[in-house]
Amino acid sequence: MANDLKELKIELSKNGIFTTTLEELYNWGRKNSVWPLTFGLACCAIEMIATTMARYDLARFGAEVFRPSPRQADLIIVSGTVTKKMAPQVVRLYNQMPEPKYVIAMGACAISGGPFRDGYNVLKGIDRYIPVDVHIPGCPPRPEALIHAFMTLQKKIDEQALTGAARPRHLQADLPSEFPVPEFGEHGLEPPQNNAVFHEAEGNPLKVIQ
Amino acid sequence: MRDALLDRDVYEPEEGEIMEVSMGPHHPSTHGVFRMDVKLEGERVVKLKPVFGYLHRNHEKIAEHGAYLSAIPYTDRLDYLCSMTNNWGYVLAVEKLAGIAVPERAEYLRVIVAELTRFQNHAGLIGFLLQDMGASGTPLMYAFREREKILDLFESLSGARMMCNYMRFGGLRVDATKEWLDEVRALVGRLPQFVDEYEALLRANEILLARTQGTGVLPRELAINTGVTGPMLRASGVNYDIRKVDHYGIYDRFTFKVPLGEHGDVYDRYMMRLLEMRETLKLLEQALHDIPEGPVMDPKVRLRGLRPKAGEAYGRIESPKGELGFFLISDGSGNPYRYRVRPPSMINLTILEDMCVGENIADTVIILGSVDIVLGEVDR
Amino acid sequence: MALPSPEDLKAQIEAGVPGASVTVIQNGSPSAQHSLLLDAEHARAVAELLRDHDGWRLDYCSLVTGVDWPDTETSEKVKVKKMVKAADGTESEEEVEEVRKTKVAGYLEAVYHLFSMEKKHGPVVLRLRTADRGASVHLPSLTPVWRGAEFQEREAFDLYGIIFDGHPDLRRILMWEGFKDYPMRKDYVPPADEIPVVEVHR
Repeated sequence: MANDLKELKIELSKNGIFTTTLEELYNWGRKNSVWPLTFGLACCAIEMIATTMARYDLARFGAEVFRPSPRQADLIIVSGTVTKKMAPQVVRLYNQMPEPKYVIAMGACAISGGPFRDGYNVLKGIDRYIPVDVHIPGCPPRPEALIHAFMTLQKKIDEQALTGAARPRHLQADLPSEFPVPEFGEHGLEPPQNNAVFHEAEGNPLKVIQ
Repeated sequence: MRDALLDRDVYEPEEGEIMEVSMGPHHPSTHGVFRMDVKLEGERVVKLKPVFGYLHRNHEKIAEHGAYLSAIPYTDRLDYLCSMTNNWGYVLAVEKLAGIAVPERAEYLRVIVAELTRFQNHAGLIGFLLQDMGASGTPLMYAFREREKILDLFESLSGARMMCNYMRFGGLRVDATKEWLDEVRALVGRLPQFVDEYEALLRANEILLARTQGTGVLPRELAINTGVTGPMLRASGVNYDIRKVDHYGIYDRFTFKVPLGEHGDVYDRYMMRLLEMRETLKLLEQALHDIPEGPVMDPKVRLRGLRPKAGEAYGRIESPKGELGFFLISDGSGNPYRYRVRPPSMINLTILEDMCVGENIADTVIILGSVDIVLGEVDR
Repeated sequence: MALPSPEDLKAQIEAGVPGASVTVIQNGSPSAQHSLLLDAEHARAVAELLRDHDGWRLDYCSLVTGVDWPDTETSEKVKVKKMVKAADGTESEEEVEEVRKTKVAGYLEAVYHLFSMEKKHGPVVLRLRTADRGASVHLPSLTPVWRGAEFQEREAFDLYGIIFDGHPDLRRILMWEGFKDYPMRKDYVPPADEIPVVEVHR
């Protein structure tokens, strides 16, 4: 049935009649105009800047302008190490972004703390407090890797359904879009992670098997 | 008036109120996660407190837990725009600590990669400074065009664009091929034209001249007393370039000038970088002409199990930002007992308040831009 | 006039600042950067002498480092006379060898590297030591002499807990204001939920 529909679409388009679904149109518009927030933390930020420069040019994928205000941005690329001192600010910025919003964790530090994981001031991954959509490994990831991540995000947006249980978060009224901001404690952040968001993988990643 | 403003007690204005603005840590022009708590009287800055630590990744403690060799990749990530010079500062300190000598060819290659790093850093800085002034992106695009060419060279030499991890105590990790050196020669042949083009874009620009001349003046004696180093110090007229003072590496063999400024304002600091780019190209030409054949690593050096005798050493180089130094205390074991980085960006920031008080808040941004900070180095 | 040797420097400082006590600490490494240990009381006066002396003009304080030297224990074997009980219950005095452990108090140290921008020489390395690592961690601040020490002394306070008397603005610089620990000390333990659990599979 789906194949027949597809054939019909192609036949119609050959005759100059363009058909689509509301879902496709909606997602097509969204995925081709994702505007990131100017948010660079550390070394990965320089590769992010290089990606927007003339050689790699992220703008041709729709990220035409990087918005300095979170109220106008769709995407936050957490590029660089998130320290405990900076973590409340990152969560606040994420909270201020309007839905639909996406997070790319760029680089090993944003994914899990990276080479600085042993640090007393390093947050071991931004996914302890906010949900992450795409992770890019690398230290720093090449600009091509960031473009690939961007394209992965676009594919993810493309596949989001408008109705049904698999709807994205911004279409479900009961799911939260703002997350609690951690506080500065005496020895670390309080709470050390947001358990509603941070899902420890099978086998407890904190265990080091020798 | 200015002295009264610098008094650290509370300042009561004649009319109106003091407005407190927190610029950062997320801000388009603070060059990273840096925050300035600014007290304003209208548009004029009355007090300014820099706040940082938002990128404090305790590099020093990690280095104290690892071996001497394993600290080298972490030094890449200090001033993340200039990984080669960071490496050099650290390996110089280890070589002083353990008494290790470096082969000739390695010294020449160190100069070549360090000066290429200096070139792309200064070009990038001018781009970022002009972006802060409102030239959204265009000078930066020019700078990054050349930077990409230099990063390609670094990638083919060391394997990585930015985090090169190239130098070792006793030499370098891998030798450069003849083809690579020819590529560098070809690039260095084309770069003077780029510097001319870059300078011509902006030299007579009214906005640049009006905004930067006379802004953010740093007097000579204050610069010395505050420990300011690098192009910012030389813009205030102090002739102190560690390449000439300490004679480290083989810089003695080359002829190059040290440009000096007169007024110590933002314009002089901007011109310092331009003039140093030209001097850098002269250095590169000489080094590329004279480089000998030979090994690049002393085979007797124990890279993995280095255990220097108990003692300490302070090694410093002229990095593009200023004096980058590493202070190492060894207790005879394979890990440094104390590993300390002297961050030029952080120490140059000490004087930010003095330079900005009395200026408009818009000028605070360009004064900060002319200091040239990289938060990876400020916070470590 | 070139920079004098550490021993000459010691003699001239002690002559120039009456009451100051200077000890030359030898450096075992090939760098031969020997240092001068100053007493806290006269450190500020010595610093001013070093900065203003016509021949030395050490006008540039390049680096201020905090170092933690924890408490150590020395053990020595001593012969002691002790009352020893024999198997049949009689007591007699005998000479026994026992190991006596003495605690050597640790201290915190601030190391200053000085250079001269005018004369282009250096480094002269100064050391200041606190009395212990607990209650008496005060040292005089050299920020009034060299402004360049301002942020670095704040960092030594933040990460080691050395309190610099006379510093214009002594508060934490890298960690946040409410943080209670001194993380660079050798006995710092990170919070419990951060330490990875190590499973050893043989």
